[in-house]
Amino acid sequence: MTESRLSYYGKPIIKEPVWKTEIPKYFFTGGLAGASATLSAASRAAGNEPLARRALYVAAAGVTMSPYFLIKDLGRPMRFYNMMRVFKVTSPMSVGTWIVAAEGTSTGIAAACELFGVLPRIRTATQVVSGLLGPAMASYTGALVADSVVPAWHESRRELPLLFASSSAAAAGGLAAALTPVAAARPGRRLGLLGGLAELVTQKVMERRMGELVAEPYKKGEGARYRKAAEAATVSGVGLMLLAGRTRTGAAAAGALLAAGSWCTRFAVYHAGKTSAADPRYTSIPQRERAAERGQPAVTR
Amino acid sequence: MQLGDGQTTYGLQIQPRMGFFTDTSVCIGCKACEVACKEWNLVPEDGLVWSGNSYDNTGELSANTWRHVAFIEQQTNDGMRWLMSSDVCKHCTHAGCLDVCPTGAITRTEFGTVVIQDDVCNGCGYCVTACPFGVISKREIDGDGGMHKCTLCYDRIEDGLEPACAKACPTKSIQFGPLHELLERAHGRLDDLHEAGVDDARLYGANEGDGVGGMGSVFLLLDEPEVYGLPPDPVDPTRNLGTIWGAAGAAAALLAAGVVFAFAGGGND
Repeated sequence: MTESRLSYYGKPIIKEPVWKTEIPKYFFTGGLAGASATLSAASRAAGNEPLARRALYVAAAGVTMSPYFLIKDLGRPMRFYNMMRVFKVTSPMSVGTWIVAAEGTSTGIAAACELFGVLPRIRTATQVVSGLLGPAMASYTGALVADSVVPAWHESRRELPLLFASSSAAAAGGLAAALTPVAAARPGRRLGLLGGLAELVTQKVMERRMGELVAEPYKKGEGARYRKAAEAATVSGVGLMLLAGRTRTGAAAAGALLAAGSWCTRFAVYHAGKTSAADPRYTSIPQRERAAERGQPAVTR
Repeated sequence: MQLGDGQTTYGLQIQPRMGFFTDTSVCIGCKACEVACKEWNLVPEDGLVWSGNSYDNTGELSANTWRHVAFIEQQTNDGMRWLMSSDVCKHCTHAGCLDVCPTGAITRTEFGTVVIQDDVCNGCGYCVTACPFGVISKREIDGDGGMHKCTLCYDRIEDGLEPACAKACPTKSIQFGPLHELLERAHGRLDDLHEAGVDDARLYGANEGDGVGGMGSVFLLLDEPEVYGLPPDPVDPTRNLGTIWGAAGAAAALLAAGVVFAFAGGGND
């Protein structure tokens, strides 16, 4: 008898995330730090000192920048330390806070020992911790955004952590290859290639599994712009690394491209999420279909 | 009746789970609830504007609007009908906002309600992304920066008073009380309306089997939930946390394996 609308005056049903662009910047720097820390620890174990040193400095730069972005984005930055009063496994942000704190401390100490050439045992011990925590640091942010009602994020919950981990590997491998003399840079090149390829594949699989409607924010608008830029940069980074990665200039250009691709991937996810929350269709239509299948659990007639 | 998550930890201080029953079939759109809520809770003025959407000038629930009266004008076969509904925080049994809050600022009270402790909240905004109803947002007034929402007048109900909105409602569209009593009343009202031929009537949030384990704020609606701006199948995202942590663990393991693989073969090619 009445016309049925998708929402109230076309307004969003859920709230758009209040996070600003500090958050994708953090995803990039934190992921880069995590994957670089692990690359550095593995290089140390393999006796590749030039690569170990450079990857460790990249990791140190990453863990220095990440808290800045995280704290700057808070509505009440002076109270950032309230994150440290609890540990909650139901909150990926809480778990992540402790990962970031431990990763930042261990990487920072290891890098300082390296820089000043002191306390080799402490350097080794902290580097082991930092290397082991690296993969967690690079992946948990995918879990963080997935644990939300934002359709583009929640409906890609199985793929987002892998997308972020591979994107981190691409950036860390690429930058290590760019900064390290060619003779010692092989593992960096390989990690960059592997990460870049995994990033491209995961993005594709993720969009396909999300379904046409929910994946739409990756196909139009701001999310699509970054997604296209990410693909272009990563594809050319991978290609250039394969063809010219054994020259210093080639590695530098390829590494920069892989890092740029990783940066754009995080911005694509961020903007896709914002768009996905702002348009009620992405919430209403899939929920309506789901509700019909589940016998409208929220409604009693 | 199901207790809210964490309510059981109160031991002897536990109280019956309290909630709202909002019967939109008797709402007259007076907005007394909006005004009473703002006054009692000192919710700041956030702009006096005309939305152009019927008589609605607050638009949506937010940090600065804890009761929102929706006005929906619909064409019918014999003219038009006007739906009015006072929306509010659902005080979910499984509350996404509470689950994801990384500071512990969001807590479950002894009444089973969900409250943000303003002196703990650091404004991270995670709760905003975890609420299936779009209830919570950030207050940007006077440099506040924190997240705010309905407290079900925690301060009033602790003293045995009813929340300001329910007190001010002149038609008993907003009813307050122990949730199990409200649910009985809601079902009774639904039966009455069905008997009177109002086939559109339905309850929203009255089922423990929904995606948030049942709501502390139950509604009687006269159309589909999305018409009122309510999600048709709200789900606490933390329900899927097992899958999410599993995917993160697998991703971390793959990254570690990738780094090991990068060193495989050893030689410099």
